[in-house]
Amino acid sequence: MSALTTLVVLLPLLGAAAALTQANRPRVQTLIAVSVLSAVLLIGAALLVAVNTNGAIAVEVGGWPAPYGIVLVVDRLSALMIVVSAAVLLAVLVFSVGQGLADGDRETPVSIYYPTYLILATGVFNAFVAGDLFNLYVSFEILLVASYVLITVGGTKPRIRAGTVYIVVSLVSSAIFLAAIAMIYGATGTVNIAQLTVRLAELPADIQLILHVMLLIGFGIKAAVFPLSFWLPDSYPMAPAPVTAVFAGLLTKVGVYAIIRTEMIIFPDGQLNTVLLIVAALTMVIGILGAVAQSDIKRLLSFTLISHIGYMLFGIGIDTAAGLAAATFYIVHHITVQTTLFLATGLVERQGGTTGINKLGGMLKTSPLIAVLFFIPLLNLGGIPPFSGFLGKLALFEAGANNGSVLAWVLIGCGAAVSLLTLYALARAWSMIFWRDAEEVADYENPLAMRAETGSSPVVESVRTTPRIMVGATVAMVTVSIALTVFATPLFDLSANAGENINGPAYYVNTVFPGGLE
Amino acid sequence: MNASLTLVVIMVVLYSVGVYLLLERSMTRVLLGFLLVGNATNLLILIVSGPSGAAAFFGEEDATADPLPQAFILTAIVITFGVSAFLLALIYRSWRLANADVVYDDSEDLAMGSRRSSVTTDRAVDGDDTEFGTRAAAAISTALDLEKQEEREEQESLAAERRQREIDEKEAGA
Repeated sequence: MSALTTLVVLLPLLGAAAALTQANRPRVQTLIAVSVLSAVLLIGAALLVAVNTNGAIAVEVGGWPAPYGIVLVVDRLSALMIVVSAAVLLAVLVFSVGQGLADGDRETPVSIYYPTYLILATGVFNAFVAGDLFNLYVSFEILLVASYVLITVGGTKPRIRAGTVYIVVSLVSSAIFLAAIAMIYGATGTVNIAQLTVRLAELPADIQLILHVMLLIGFGIKAAVFPLSFWLPDSYPMAPAPVTAVFAGLLTKVGVYAIIRTEMIIFPDGQLNTVLLIVAALTMVIGILGAVAQSDIKRLLSFTLISHIGYMLFGIGIDTAAGLAAATFYIVHHITVQTTLFLATGLVERQGGTTGINKLGGMLKTSPLIAVLFFIPLLNLGGIPPFSGFLGKLALFEAGANNGSVLAWVLIGCGAAVSLLTLYALARAWSMIFWRDAEEVADYENPLAMRAETGSSPVVESVRTTPRIMVGATVAMVTVSIALTVFATPLFDLSANAGENINGPAYYVNTVFPGGLE
Repeated sequence: MNASLTLVVIMVVLYSVGVYLLLERSMTRVLLGFLLVGNATNLLILIVSGPSGAAAFFGEEDATADPLPQAFILTAIVITFGVSAFLLALIYRSWRLANADVVYDDSEDLAMGSRRSSVTTDRAVDGDDTEFGTRAAAAISTALDLEKQEEREEQESLAAERRQREIDEKEAGA
C-alpha cells in the first residue's frame, strides 16, 4: 500500500514529463493524461478501501524515519479527497479534450496544456497526502504555478489582467505561509505535522495564537474565505471554461483541507473556533449577496463558490466529529456540483457564444439537454431535497443544533437563508437563459454570428454545434453528483468515520508515530 | 537563541520595501516587490535556524548547523526564481498587448458599480505609471496584434465550417 501512496504523486508528475516530450502529438498527450488520471483514480479507490478497512497509512519517503524525513499520510479524509479530485480532474480533462478537438486550435498552446494540467493534479494530490508543513507548502506552490499558466493560457488581454491579480494575491499568500513555517520551525524545531501538535502545545498561548493566525490567513486566501476572497470572482471567470471548472472545484477545497488539518491537528485547542464561525457566516452571506447582483453566469457561480466555502468552515468551526463529518460530506458534494455547474456553463458559452445572462435567451428550445444538465446541479447546490446538497446542509445544521450555542443557531439561520438565495440567484439565471423567449432579449448581439447570416431575427440561440465529448463529460459529472445522492448512506458513513479520525490529533499522531512520540 | 541584529534589520527593510512595491499598479514594481519579500522570507528562515556551525555530515566533532532551514531556503529560492521568470513573461505579454504594464480595474466591477451611482466610474489609471513610458510604443508598432489575429482566425474557421456545411447539404440534396 505504501508504494501506491507515492504513486498518487509520482504518476501525474512523470506523466507531465512524458507529455511534455510529446509536444507535437496532441493525441499522444491526451492519451497520457487520460490514462494517468484514470490510474490515479483507481489507485485512490484502492487506497480508500485499504484505509477504510485497515486504518490510515503513513509512508516515510526515502526510508528516513518520521520526524526527520518527509512523511506521506493517507487517512480516510485524504483518500476520499484523492478519489473525488481524481474523478473531477478526469471528467474536466475529457471535457477540455472535446473542446480542443472541436475548436481545432492550432494557435493556442495546446502543447503545454496537458503537461500543466498534470502538474496541477500533482500539486493537488501531494497536498492531500503531505505529512509535513513544508511539503504542504511545496505542493501549494506546484499547483499554484501550474494554475498561473492555466489561467493565462492563450495570453489574451482579459486573461493577462485577471491572471495578474490572481498571481499577485497567490504570491502574497504563499509568502505569508512560508513566513509562518519559518516561525513555526524557529519556535519548535520541526515541521512534521504530527510532531507539531505536541511541541506547539508547549509554547505560550500568545505565540501559539500568532502562528495559528498566520497559517489561517495563508490558507484563508487560498480557500477564498470572506475578507480574503475578493480576488476569486475577478480572476476565475476569465480562464477557459474547463480550467475555471477545475479551479472552482478543487483549488479552494485544497485550502479548506489545509484549514481542517490546521484546526484539528496542528492547533487542536480550537482557540479560534468562534472567529471561524463568525467568518463562516460572513463568507456565506456576503458571497451570496454578490452572486445575486451578477449578470454573468461565470461570475455568479464564482460568488456562490465563495459563499459555500462558508458551509465548510461552519462544519470545521463547530469542532465536533459530527461537524467534521458534515464538512467532509459537504466538500465532496461541493467539488462535484460546482465543477458540474461550470462545465454546464462551458456548454452554454459554446452554444450561445457568451455567458452574459442578459444576452442569452430561448435556449431551452435549441438545447434542451444543456438546460437539464444545468438544472440538476442547480437544484443540488440550492439544497433541494433529496439531493446531496440538502443532505450535506441538513447534517451541518444537525451538528450545529447539537452544539447549541447562540452563534451556531445564527449560523443555521444564515445557512438556510443562503441556500434559499443560492436557489434564487441560480434559478433566475436559468430561467433567463433557457426559459424566456428569444424575442424578449433586447439588443442581443452574438459575437460569434455574422450579421448578414442572422437575417431578420437578431437573436441567435445557437451558433455552433457542441461536440459529443463535451456533453458526455458533463453528463458523467451530473451522473456522479446524482450518485452522491443515491449512495449517500455509505458516503455519509465514510464521512462520519473520517470525521471521527480527524477530530483531534490522536489518530493522526498514532499513524505517523505508531510507537508514540518521545 | 541569539539572532544577528544586522540580519533582522535587513529583513525588516526588505519586507517593508517589498510590501510597498507589491502595492503598486506597475507590474515591474510588483515583480521587484515579490523578489524583495521572497528574500526577506529567506532571511527570516535563516534567522530562526539557530546558531551557525559546521556543515552537516562533515563536522562530526564540532557542533553542526541545522541543515533543514538551509534546504528550505534553497527550495524557496528555486520557487522564487521560477515564479519571477513567469512574471517577466507575463509583464512582457501585458506590455505587448496593452502597451503598458499596469493593472487596470476590472471592467465588470466598474460596470457593476456604475449601475447605481456614477461615483466609481471613470477611475482611469494614470497611463504614465509604467516602467516603459509612452515612447516605448514605437518599439511595438509593428508587433502582431494577437487579439485581432485570434478574432480573424475564429471568423475564418467559422466561415470554413459554414462552407463545409453548405457543401454537405448540397451533397445530401443531390
